[in-house]
Amino acid sequence: MNVVVCVKQIPDPAIPGQLDPQTHFMKREGKLILDDSDAYGVEMALQLCTAAGGGEVTLVSMAPNNETSGLRTALAMGAAKAILVSDDSLAGSDALSTAKVLAKAIERAGEYDLVLAATESTDGYTGFVPEAIAALLGLPSVTFAKSINIEGGTVHVQRQTEAGYDEVTSPLPAVVSVTAGVVEPRYPSFKGIMAAKNKPVDTLTVSDLGLSGVGGAAAGQEITAVDPAPARQAGEIVTDEGEGHLKIVQFLETQKVI
Amino acid sequence: MPLSTVWVHAENAGDKPKTISLENISKAREIAGNVEAWYSGPNAEAFAAELGKYGVSKVYAVDCGDSLPSIPLASAMKAEIDKGNAPDLIMFASTYDSRDVLGRLTVGLDRAAITNGSDVIVDGDTVKVGEAIFGGSQIVHTEFRTEKPYLAMFRPKSFEASPGGEKSAEVVAVDAPEKGKVTITARHEEERSGPQLEDAKIVVSGGRGLGEAGKYEMIESLAKLLGAAPGASRAIVDAGWVPYSYQVGQTGKVVKPDIYIAAGISGATQHMVGMKGSKNIIAVNKDADAPIFTIADLGIVGDVHKVLPALIEALKSR
Repeated sequence: MNVVVCVKQIPDPAIPGQLDPQTHFMKREGKLILDDSDAYGVEMALQLCTAAGGGEVTLVSMAPNNETSGLRTALAMGAAKAILVSDDSLAGSDALSTAKVLAKAIERAGEYDLVLAATESTDGYTGFVPEAIAALLGLPSVTFAKSINIEGGTVHVQRQTEAGYDEVTSPLPAVVSVTAGVVEPRYPSFKGIMAAKNKPVDTLTVSDLGLSGVGGAAAGQEITAVDPAPARQAGEIVTDEGEGHLKIVQFLETQKVI
Repeated sequence: MPLSTVWVHAENAGDKPKTISLENISKAREIAGNVEAWYSGPNAEAFAAELGKYGVSKVYAVDCGDSLPSIPLASAMKAEIDKGNAPDLIMFASTYDSRDVLGRLTVGLDRAAITNGSDVIVDGDTVKVGEAIFGGSQIVHTEFRTEKPYLAMFRPKSFEASPGGEKSAEVVAVDAPEKGKVTITARHEEERSGPQLEDAKIVVSGGRGLGEAGKYEMIESLAKLLGAAPGASRAIVDAGWVPYSYQVGQTGKVVKPDIYIAAGISGATQHMVGMKGSKNIIAVNKDADAPIFTIADLGIVGDVHKVLPALIEALKSR
């Protein structure tokens, strides 16, 4: 059982995001980290390989400046190798470009049974990159998986819905996006962190992939204005000294809901 | 100049159209002369009659059988566009299925899409989509640089759903050139009490500050007393305390109630995106520096384990 996992390396989400004032592209300077949402896919892939009695987890990522720090985290968890696409021309890529790049990179990952991804990234969250990758690879796709089981050539997924969940089945290979909470990601061990330093990361450019018409120059959209959203004013802040609940009662009365 | 035709991907929730579908249709009616819908659920005739009340003139019905709709529906849309019957804009919703159909179609047409929109503006020949970013602190306006039809996806509550422009919507059955590959074998509905999160006038949400799963009971009692819908932050959904259907936020539901009560929620960007539009926000949190207090109309700096039981008692004794 070989699994490819798409992972994104993003700026620390604790630091407020910024757009470049000239290009309006999202700033991705400084150290990038593994998107938290992707740790679930990596963990799921490792568990599926263990359950199948063997196989390899390959990471696929697109990031500027040959950034590998997030990939090292996932390699330290137990992934075997990584393919990184890094190219200045990819700054400002839209989701379709991103999907094209990742799909091409996946084709270089060797034989695989399953492609996993997060349901959406924490920083860009268009949320349709996994489905678009599946379409480009000509594969079926299941999004929003909250549990995954493999039996023979079929994957059984519990897929989240507005009302609860559906049980769905798909032939393999397939692309599946997983929700946070599908599994509990492991912490990399010291041994894992040391081993990750020597695991292969194949770094490729757009031309290595034989792709054209991707990246910022080919984007099908352009940000023409950025405005501050109407700000909400903070209201009254009270420290509870046993009477806090009465303030709430009063507020609800003023709003005529009680 | 308004657009000529806009397509809306419309979905059902039980035997009714989803609210977000009606929201998108209502907006489409405002910006276009003709609104048509695509649908792959059951009872297309009855569904079309409902959409007609909102001004839809035609419903393209695609039979997807037991399969997930993304492949068949996107292939049917593409075939129609390739035949020359193309609208100016196709509106999708940020729901599970609609997002997937858009993902397939963006590849099928080899055309970029704008997602997470909260507004659409037609300005002469250009169409712009407004989108809140960075937790709703900034609004970016994005213009299409593609050919028509433009592809865009909108978040819930971006527009007001209002009936109007009544038409008797004609149902046109369309064959899907590509069949679906993923089969739905069973559906499970999680039971929840009280009103639906998206439609409730009052929402009471709990977060990590509750300390443990059992304490969510306080949220449920309070919600019951107020006739409110109980909600949750992502942290406690991920922790398995409550089902995903309770989640309010970027990945969960977007709510705009008259009153939103956040208890033990610090106010991560992920959560604020989903509730910032509430008319009034009441927050209870131990940490005086919690970001939620920057948007609260009434903030109580205090222990939820003291404030909530006292509040519940006070309401009960009324």
